[in-house]
Amino acid sequence: MHADATALAPTSRHSAATEAASRRDRRHRRIRKVISYLLLSVGAVVILFPIYIAIVNSLLAPSQIAHQPPPFFPTHPMWSTYPTAWNEGHLGLYLRNSAIMTAIIVVGQVVTAILAAYAFAFLSFPFRKTLFIVFLSTLMIPFEVTLITNLDTVTRLGWYNTFQGLTVPFLATGFGTFLLRQSFLQIPKDLSEAATLDGYGHWRFMTRVAVPLARPAVAAVAVFSFLASWNNYLWPLVVTGDNNNVRTVQIGLKLLANTEVQNINVTLAGTIIAIVPLVILLLVFQKQLVRGLTAGAVK
Amino acid sequence: MAEVTFDAVTKRYGDVTAVDRLEMAIPDGELLVLLGPSGCGKTTALRMVAGLEELSEGDITIGNRVVNDVDPKERDVAMVFQSYALYPHLTVAKNVEFPLRQRGMDKAEREKRVLEVARTLGLDDLLDRKPAQLSGGQRQRVALARAIVRDPQVFLMDEPLSNLDATLRVQTRADIVALQHRLGTTTIYVTHDQVEAMTMGNRIAVMDRGVLQQVAPPQDLYDRPANTFVAAFLGSPGMNLLDGELDGTSVRVAGGSIELAEAVPGRDVGASPVTVGVRPEHLRLDAAGTVAATVRLVEMLGAETHVICRLEDGAQLVVRQEAVVERPALGANVRVAVESQSVHVFGADGTRLEGSTR
Repeated sequence: MHADATALAPTSRHSAATEAASRRDRRHRRIRKVISYLLLSVGAVVILFPIYIAIVNSLLAPSQIAHQPPPFFPTHPMWSTYPTAWNEGHLGLYLRNSAIMTAIIVVGQVVTAILAAYAFAFLSFPFRKTLFIVFLSTLMIPFEVTLITNLDTVTRLGWYNTFQGLTVPFLATGFGTFLLRQSFLQIPKDLSEAATLDGYGHWRFMTRVAVPLARPAVAAVAVFSFLASWNNYLWPLVVTGDNNNVRTVQIGLKLLANTEVQNINVTLAGTIIAIVPLVILLLVFQKQLVRGLTAGAVK
Repeated sequence: MAEVTFDAVTKRYGDVTAVDRLEMAIPDGELLVLLGPSGCGKTTALRMVAGLEELSEGDITIGNRVVNDVDPKERDVAMVFQSYALYPHLTVAKNVEFPLRQRGMDKAEREKRVLEVARTLGLDDLLDRKPAQLSGGQRQRVALARAIVRDPQVFLMDEPLSNLDATLRVQTRADIVALQHRLGTTTIYVTHDQVEAMTMGNRIAVMDRGVLQQVAPPQDLYDRPANTFVAAFLGSPGMNLLDGELDGTSVRVAGGSIELAEAVPGRDVGASPVTVGVRPEHLRLDAAGTVAATVRLVEMLGAETHVICRLEDGAQLVVRQEAVVERPALGANVRVAVESQSVHVFGADGTRLEGSTR
């Protein structure tokens, strides 16, 4: 017993010291956590507050909105603004148009980006590097610069007021190609060589191995392409003119704002309706979005 | 099953010659080890057989068919990569099945083959796992399974054991030899590890700077190295090589002379400069020795001791002795005795002079 006690004494002293150290460590970690959560909360408030105000105002009467100070909570919510916005703004039709346009662009961009990125990553052909730099440089040209030429081309092709006109200029993406190429480059060369020996050509290696392995990046490209085309305003504005059957929801909101100048609550209700698909998408794909963006950046 | 031959095979990358006029025939069923330091061209030679590199000159034949322009998949060879090259998104079963899916084999037959091979390699409990859930040794076995599942004419293995820890490497080494023996498939095995080469190969081909130095069974290579490169590369530590002057049956070296068992044919008249080689185990510290040296370092390895000596011209001489033999003091002046039966003589250009030793 005695021997046991003396033998244990130094060990327990030692463990007391390490315990103190680990407690200090834990406290540091907790402080850092608190600070980062505080910063994130501030960021969240900054971003969410305007949306919250839009929701509140969409449920208030115009006179209440003009009131000073404006109410932060609708005591008697006017739910009728939503059906009004839906019917007056033809939002059903415009949402459908937006969905068609976005679907075409997303599928088109994902397919062309996969093909181009695969070529840049796995095939060797003359001027590969130069071509890739040309591809990248398109990222630096703002869309507004090419707007007039694109409009001219589309009009000459007879695509004014059509879905072709809305979508074709966006069927390739420098950003998506770049993102996927980086992802493909991380696939070890041994894998493609092993597949070659096993009798797999480029097409099958791409569909069976490369794309499944690059799935997070593919998902990220799809989500970004969705966001960009859903929110696009300028191009649909100039290319759809007066055809209701191709107008997108963003243009529809502008028209709604014009006709409901007196009823800002109706316009805001329409806006909220228009962002619902985006919010759903973000909730579903947020993990892929973050993973795709940080792929290769964080090891 | 097939014979593989290299006929004046050359590979150049710009000005660099990676493989230089390689001539070699690997008979059906042999396990040939390509051995050499990194950058010696051994992996390039292997990749040319696989069709992953094109030849600059020469011909490679597999089973009487020149394959220079044959697609990799038509060559009927399977390769085991150093990194294993397993598809991370597929299960073990799918990985092993992968090569079969391109061959128009029906599903039932494919599954049967996969199960057979998995059983052979002890993978049957792991078929549903992904590569990330396997240990290094298990991944290695999956890579082997994927190679043997389609019963190719030739196996190509590119340092397949270098990512395993030492214990597992010894075990897997034996497993691969047993497997190859049972299947009887011609195998080319690339390694830079001489122990692997000595224990596994029916024959070993030693390469250096793109040039084939010697092809021979392991013991022959050790006992009769064709040149000073092979002599120094094989053995741990490698053969002692000393500059000297051959005169009849003795070679004068700094600090003494080394006697040969018999004269070197064609070199028995007049003195000529040579390099004389003796393996450390054929040297002994002995007061009656013929070479004077100074002890620089004594390395104890448990079962044996390496005594590293220096001759008066600065050349190094390693003596291997049993641990029970008395160790000399550092800085001691000693004399080294040489077993005259085991002396190798190389000409001024480094090639072996025929007739020396055994």
